[in-house]
Amino acid sequence: MRHLMNPMDFSVEELDRLFDLAADIEKHPEAYAHKCEGKKLATCFYEPSTRTRLSFESAMLNLGGSVIGFSDAGSSSASKGESVSDTIRVISCFADICAMRHPKEGAPMVAASRSSIPVINAGDGGHQHPTQTLTDLLTIRSLKGRLDHFTIGLCGDLKFGRTVHSLVNALSRYEGIHFVFISPEELRIPGYLRETLWSKALSFEEVIRLEDVMPKLDLLYMTRVQRERFFNEEDYVRLKDFYVLTKAKMERAREDMLVLHPLPRVNEISVEVDDDPRAVYFKQVRYGVYVRMALILTLLELV
Amino acid sequence: MLNVGKIEEGFVLDHIPAGKSMSIYYHLGLDKLDCTVAIIKNARSNIMGKKDIIKVECDINTLNLDVLAVIDHTITVNVIKDGEIVEKKALELPLELKGIMKCRNPRCITSIEQELPHIFYLADPVKELYRCRYCDEKNTERF
Repeated sequence: MRHLMNPMDFSVEELDRLFDLAADIEKHPEAYAHKCEGKKLATCFYEPSTRTRLSFESAMLNLGGSVIGFSDAGSSSASKGESVSDTIRVISCFADICAMRHPKEGAPMVAASRSSIPVINAGDGGHQHPTQTLTDLLTIRSLKGRLDHFTIGLCGDLKFGRTVHSLVNALSRYEGIHFVFISPEELRIPGYLRETLWSKALSFEEVIRLEDVMPKLDLLYMTRVQRERFFNEEDYVRLKDFYVLTKAKMERAREDMLVLHPLPRVNEISVEVDDDPRAVYFKQVRYGVYVRMALILTLLELV
Repeated sequence: MLNVGKIEEGFVLDHIPAGKSMSIYYHLGLDKLDCTVAIIKNARSNIMGKKDIIKVECDINTLNLDVLAVIDHTITVNVIKDGEIVEKKALELPLELKGIMKCRNPRCITSIEQELPHIFYLADPVKELYRCRYCDEKNTERF
């Protein structure tokens, strides 16, 4: 039995198989509409995350399965003091697979170690959010046709943004990637990530101005500056609108450059950019459902 | 010169940096064992100037010496049986440490989950860096 805790849990070859399956689901959704009949997904969300939870639930319903679960810790027995270990043992009696989001880092790993059903990490604090990374990779692969040999700009909160850290680690396994980290001084990538890039001799640069690097990017991954990651409200207010992607900035970009964003978006992408065909962040949400469908089928060994 | 007698079975931990013996005493859990322990502090050493030595008389299978490598991998471990040195153990950084270091990250699941052992994995052998298995936070505890 396998779990998914970290995007690196899957080898490049396994990811290829997963993405092939997701691509086939996109082309032939009807062929998968009954694959999970009689199976139940438990969505155990100890903190609210409507988007991720609905994406998981939509994925399971698309596969003909059903869904149980809770959407915040207050409506679970965690509010009575139950441990994650006990909760997953109980959930294992009700469901066939579990997607868990928890504010504490490593909670899904604890669950996986005690579980008799596959556990998917649906986000653990600022630590990992592997299905977002799989979504990002599938979006790039589907729309660019490859996962190697491109220049990707990652812009915004690169210090606390776990989606950025996970995506960089995941892409570092592919050849010919050049990373352009675009952030204010205070939100630069953490030291350990820089060391990892150095140790793997990967190509990267760190800049502050987005406009200057736009022309050379094949992909631009925008991120939100998240209030919940700041201890100091003043710092958040000062940095939250540091970058705003506008139509004018998009004019400097290549014709085939793609803009991705893990969403929710606040001010960092102007709504006027939404109609630009290069803005693919809403398509990305759809790929998120396909990749979660492929993941559920894979972990349940139904393919 | 202070003399401490030979032991029949157990360990002699030699070349401990001066002043670290008490830390080792607690981290090896010697305070919880009902056996004879001799701690010699600030012994004269030609190589080190001053050193600490610990002698433990116990069954040689009872002690987990993993923590020693983390404290200082140059410590010499002599295994004693029938009053003689039968082995000089080489200390290697263990790939995993369980229940020795505590994760200090307040966002880590170890901060709330009952009876969850604190487990660290060796992330960088050159820098002797350990990270928490659950949250990947690096260990900052010094011995």
